[in-house]
Amino acid sequence: MSELGIVYALLGAAVAVLLSGTGSAIGVGIAGQAAAGVVTEDPGKFAKVLIIQLLPGTQGLYGLLIGFITLSKIGVLGGGLADLSVQTGLLILAACLPIGVVGLLSAIAQGKTAAASIGIVAKKPDQFGKAMLFPAMVETYAILALLISFLAVSGIQV
Amino acid sequence: MSNTKYTYAVARIRALEVSLFSNAFIEQLLSLQTAEQVIQAVIEKGWGDVAAQSDAEAVLAREEEKTWEVIRDVAPDMSVFDVLSYPRLYHNLKAAVKAVCTQSHTPNIFYDDCPVSGEEMLKIIEAREFSKLPGDMGRIAQEAMDILLHTGDGQLCDICIDRAALEAVLAAGRKSGEPIMENYADTTVAIADIKIAVRSQKTGKTADFMRSAMADCDSLNTDQLIRAALAGAEEIAQYLEGTSYAGGADALRESPSAFERWCDNRMIETMKPQKYETFSVGPLLGYLIARENEIKTVRIILTGKQNGFSEDAIRERIREMYV
Repeated sequence: MSELGIVYALLGAAVAVLLSGTGSAIGVGIAGQAAAGVVTEDPGKFAKVLIIQLLPGTQGLYGLLIGFITLSKIGVLGGGLADLSVQTGLLILAACLPIGVVGLLSAIAQGKTAAASIGIVAKKPDQFGKAMLFPAMVETYAILALLISFLAVSGIQV
Repeated sequence: MSNTKYTYAVARIRALEVSLFSNAFIEQLLSLQTAEQVIQAVIEKGWGDVAAQSDAEAVLAREEEKTWEVIRDVAPDMSVFDVLSYPRLYHNLKAAVKAVCTQSHTPNIFYDDCPVSGEEMLKIIEAREFSKLPGDMGRIAQEAMDILLHTGDGQLCDICIDRAALEAVLAAGRKSGEPIMENYADTTVAIADIKIAVRSQKTGKTADFMRSAMADCDSLNTDQLIRAALAGAEEIAQYLEGTSYAGGADALRESPSAFERWCDNRMIETMKPQKYETFSVGPLLGYLIARENEIKTVRIILTGKQNGFSEDAIRERIREMYV
């Protein structure tokens, strides 16, 4: 039974990285299409649109962070695998879910907002600061999920 | 992610919208003294190309081409734009039918920038190979030719093809599955119906004539419009007041040119919300209509200046800009 505990814990790390990474890839992809559209007509706006395009990429990093913490906690990175009960394994899986699910959905939503904000930069480059704020608002909820996943994974006794 | 297929296209259009003319620039053009100065001012804004030089017609024609080049370049699916190409396609059909039936060869009567070019259309009509025409056009072509050959009435042939064009626009709008395309098609047909009613009223046409020229659409009741047109110009205005084309009533009372201007402005009004869309085909359509409107406005100013119209007379005909 103890082997199943480590499987659940590893599944948790995988969920955190997979879902948030997928979300970020889609989000950055959507914003990238918009960025490419603007740069086709006005290459001078490359730097500004690149920054906005990268905003949905942070969820992937948050997932990676939770993945790392989980792996080091269960000993996959340190060398010696921890002897986890099924209950502890499931606890770690549950702790990884917030950043996984919220990371996936918020990155896609942020990608769409970033694409719309790139439209602002295309028409009014001087409003870059305001354009940055709209997708940044979506980030708040990814950070909240990261916080809960981080506290939960750290708080579980192995 | 199918709802994001227009993301690239819309962003590119956003970047291009910056170079659309504003109302303020049109005012500047109006204040210029001669047509040469007007064409010079638009060339400085990037209009035309080396080949067009400062020939006004060539510059305007080049701008129309450029607009379609952009749309063809960015649109993932051109079939959505059938709504816009049908009027030109049916124009080619009309020109070809008349050219064949009257056995005359007038140059420059066709649009080449559409699915069936003028030359091709002429060959199809000459050989009576109607099955080569897309959709329902074959049947319409046959009908129009029969009418023209049997009655010799050019106007009857015109209304047969024009009505088919309106119905094709409406059907293409519905088929596109894009609400803005449907809205555009419906508005186009409604405005065409209103124009038919106004002109028929002025020329004293019968109810049967109007019924065969108008196409049914969602935003207008053609039967009521025909009844109003039979009763008089004021009745048409009164009927319009109860529809979503209420602005047309005032324009109609003002003058024929004010009414024509209102027709174009109404379309721009329909398109304006598309400036805030990010993931639909709307901004592409908005840009296309805005460019056509812009080119038409510059043409009006040029013609006005060439013919020595006063600034106020030209201003009365100036269209509202998209940006």
